[in-house]
Amino acid sequence: MARKLTQRYPAFKVSKVLGHRGFGLWLVLGLALMAGCSGQAWNDPYRAREAAKPIFYSSFSERPKHLDPARSYSSNEWAFISQVYEPPLQYHFLRRPYALVPLTTQGLPEIHYVAADGMPLDEQAAASEVAYTDYIVRVRPGIRYQPHPAFALRDDGSPAYWPLDPQTLARVNTLGDFALTGTRELVAADYIYQIKRLAFAPNHSPVAGLMAEHIRGFAAFAEAAKAEHEAREGKGEGKTWFDLRGIDMQGVEEIDRYTYRIRIEKKYPQFVFWLAMNFFAPMPWEAERFYRQPGLDEKNINLDWYPVGTGPFMLTENNPNLRMVLRRNPNFHGEAYPSEGTDEDRSEGLLDDAGRNMPFIERAVYSLENEAIPRWNKFLQGYYDNSGIGSDSFDQAIQFGGSGEATLTEAMIDKGIRLSTAVESSVFYTGFNMLDPVVGGDSENARLLRQAIAIAVDFEEYISIFQNGRGEVAQSPLPPGIFGYLDGERGINPVTHVWQNGAARRRDIDDAKRLLTKAGYPDGRDPKSGGPLILYYDTPAAGPDSKAMLQWYRKQLSKLGIELVIRATDYNRFQEKMLSGTAQIFSWGWNADYPDPENFFFLLFGPNAKVSSKGENAANFSNAEFDALFVKMKDLPNGTQRQQVIDRMVDILREQSPWLFGYFPKAFSLHHAWYKNAKPHLMANNTLKYKRVDGLARVAAQRAWNQPVLWPLGLIFAAVVLSVIPAVRGFRARERSRAL
Amino acid sequence: MTAYIIRRLLYALPILIGVNAFTFVLFFVVNSPDDMARMHLGGKRVTDQAIQGWKEEHGYAKPLLINRERQGSDMFTETILFEKSLRLFLFDFGQSDSGRDISHDISQRMWPSLAIALPTLLVGLAVNITFALLLAFFRATYLDLWGVVICVAMMSISSLFYIIGGQFLVGKLLNLVPISGYDTGVHAWKFMILPVIVAVIGGIGSGTRWYRTLFLEEIHRDYVRSARAKGLSEQRVLFRHVLRNAMIPILTGVVVVLPLLFIGSLLTESFFGIPGLGSYTIDAINNQDFAIVRAMVFLGAVLYILGLLLTDISYTMVDPRVRLD
Repeated sequence: MARKLTQRYPAFKVSKVLGHRGFGLWLVLGLALMAGCSGQAWNDPYRAREAAKPIFYSSFSERPKHLDPARSYSSNEWAFISQVYEPPLQYHFLRRPYALVPLTTQGLPEIHYVAADGMPLDEQAAASEVAYTDYIVRVRPGIRYQPHPAFALRDDGSPAYWPLDPQTLARVNTLGDFALTGTRELVAADYIYQIKRLAFAPNHSPVAGLMAEHIRGFAAFAEAAKAEHEAREGKGEGKTWFDLRGIDMQGVEEIDRYTYRIRIEKKYPQFVFWLAMNFFAPMPWEAERFYRQPGLDEKNINLDWYPVGTGPFMLTENNPNLRMVLRRNPNFHGEAYPSEGTDEDRSEGLLDDAGRNMPFIERAVYSLENEAIPRWNKFLQGYYDNSGIGSDSFDQAIQFGGSGEATLTEAMIDKGIRLSTAVESSVFYTGFNMLDPVVGGDSENARLLRQAIAIAVDFEEYISIFQNGRGEVAQSPLPPGIFGYLDGERGINPVTHVWQNGAARRRDIDDAKRLLTKAGYPDGRDPKSGGPLILYYDTPAAGPDSKAMLQWYRKQLSKLGIELVIRATDYNRFQEKMLSGTAQIFSWGWNADYPDPENFFFLLFGPNAKVSSKGENAANFSNAEFDALFVKMKDLPNGTQRQQVIDRMVDILREQSPWLFGYFPKAFSLHHAWYKNAKPHLMANNTLKYKRVDGLARVAAQRAWNQPVLWPLGLIFAAVVLSVIPAVRGFRARERSRAL
Repeated sequence: MTAYIIRRLLYALPILIGVNAFTFVLFFVVNSPDDMARMHLGGKRVTDQAIQGWKEEHGYAKPLLINRERQGSDMFTETILFEKSLRLFLFDFGQSDSGRDISHDISQRMWPSLAIALPTLLVGLAVNITFALLLAFFRATYLDLWGVVICVAMMSISSLFYIIGGQFLVGKLLNLVPISGYDTGVHAWKFMILPVIVAVIGGIGSGTRWYRTLFLEEIHRDYVRSARAKGLSEQRVLFRHVLRNAMIPILTGVVVVLPLLFIGSLLTESFFGIPGLGSYTIDAINNQDFAIVRAMVFLGAVLYILGLLLTDISYTMVDPRVRLD
């Protein structure tokens, strides 16, 4: 019949060309042929024969804006550059609490405290006695940079790509287009050059202001460099390379080829943590000279795009619209996997690779995934080695046992997926604007009002509803793992909680109502208006997804008879309100830079107030005793004395309640069984080198999980054929009837 | 015709100026240069000095519309609006606020957009015309009635449903193609199948209904009645006469969207991870990158004007009665 139809109706020839046996069939055959040739699953998003190799596959959702270590300050950017750049120090991978160990240095820096008269002081010396502190950093000889065209030399020893000739410039579009590469040894001067880059205004380093307060001569250098730069701009040379080596920074000095000294004003014990951050990674001057050549920036060949480091990996493909690829650095100096860990680490196999030379993987491929659903599904198919858990997929992945512990669902266990959890070094809090006439200030009424609200806002419920149980109620600003944190009964906030049956229990709402009455708002009534007390919650969460959460906040205060008015706006307006001090109640968060209590308490330090000094103290909290204790605490070494000071500071905060302490988020991450050494580390970002992948196990799992299912296509094809028959009959009948 | 084209191009100038000014006002009503600086400098330890430095470096330190510190024409030329707009009309898009070369980005990202949009257009056209012809053939029957009902139902479903449903069914349950992603060169084919299928299916409802209307309009014309009276078969009437005459509005409708194929689809590209210009625009809006938003809106306006011009020209080609004088 089909043949007759095509003879009679030429239009059906089209369907014959595509195949009246079905275009879908051809498609399936094509797919089968292509995939069958390579033995690759049809839905494999990678190229053939890759999965068995020691390659790490993951995703990223947001394009990194800056890869320049002087400027980059976001976790999504550090996820890449921390594998490339090597600051002097790093965090031990397995040790807890977090501990610093050398990365490119011979031991930890020598720290010398010096009095105003030049006399050396010991570590216990009071901060007021210390005039300055010297950090002596000794770089390990023999460390070499990754292969890079900035180091490439001609036979005569001159730079191959400096100055860049127009023919070469016309030929290149990416860094990989430069045929020649070279390397050189890492020296102390490279670290000094980078510190100068932090001070150089056009680099917009976010830590320049902070470092100007601490590093001697930093501000003066910044001024001198700026003046020189402006003079060059006047001559039309503003965009060319400005060699910062020509200007000295008083506090940063090269002692010998491998040793340098950083002089810190007074005492700043937290400075050592900064030496583990990318801001203090080495920068070879040749790289900046290379990238600053005319024409390269226009092709996006610059330091913000192609990092140059000594680390275990180098960024070989930077296409943030599609894929970022890190490859093993052939010049990497080598590093042994740590041998020191706990019994738990040993039982979990985290010491199986002890002493082995790292890195274990050859390549890390990060694919762009804008949306959570495809990312999650590709993880379940085995195409990503690890994954976070979004709210959409949480119930599919996690279940809670009778005692409240999180475990994997049967479906995840069947796939051999593992769960890692860790309380983050972050705090999400709800703050009161202490400049506000109702909720702020030192008055007894305002303090009692804040305390009453602190009891009423049930963050246990918040974590359960909005965080899927992924969080721990905060009893102070200090999260677990930070010195000063106390657990158990010693650690509870007596204003909001009581200790009952071995656990913290939130105080009864009647306690809050009593406090509210004392504050002058019986049953939440405002004596001035006679109506309910009206408070305002300012938030940038204006979308429909936030409605339930905002409603929840209203419900919490309505328990006290207080009416909470939500003032939702966009993030820009919210920032403006915070800067001008017109917000009343707000929520904010902080992610620690380093594991020290100073990095949390400074969020409440008076001189850091957002309104007066545009600092990070968003609540504008100011308390003379707290501020004095903060100054004392930040300079003390960890020990009993520091703990006592911290305890008092926490007591003040609980009493004054400028924050509802909120919660510490708990990171839940999943990984497949073939992904090894997946211990979460919330301070270190350079952990890719520790990871190992069993490629063969991955290939087997991918094949088992991704067999193409063809019968529905057959069914669709049959349905199409069956529906065509009556259509053709109808067509012919109609043709005949018209002919009559 | 040349005079007509020149006239149309001149008409385009005030339109483009208006579009550019409108984009500028809309963007800066929501974002101040300080907001942009804060966004680009990150959330931590952002000082006033850093904000000022960023604004100066990126040309946002001047007043937005009127510079009251200047006299004469400088009042208007020494402003962000003027300085940011002038080069746009020379198609010099400059650098994005994050330092990327916009022209380079566009030249890279238009091809993935085109790789998805072109097959979608062609396959969609073939499928929609086929279905529409069938419905027109079976007009006033139950097949036509249910066909239209299904088309209306398909039109009513959000395109997001087609995307997520397609990914779940074809990519996850049947394991036939990758759920999302993209690759360059010949490796791109397997990533194009699902977005194209989803986009075609998502467009069947509206496309088929639109073409059915065109065909039915033609079917009731006198020349069709004459053709039938001459004894031509219904098949011949449909394909020889109705389809050919209905092709005029179809082709002109296609021509107008041709230049816009480069712009890509915001949702499809975002969900399938296609590195095209659609996702480029979405990212720029999210990152408050005014330079990219301005460039993309300007480019979109230029392409749309070009599309309309091509439509007019195509009318003269397919319909000899039309003259562009």
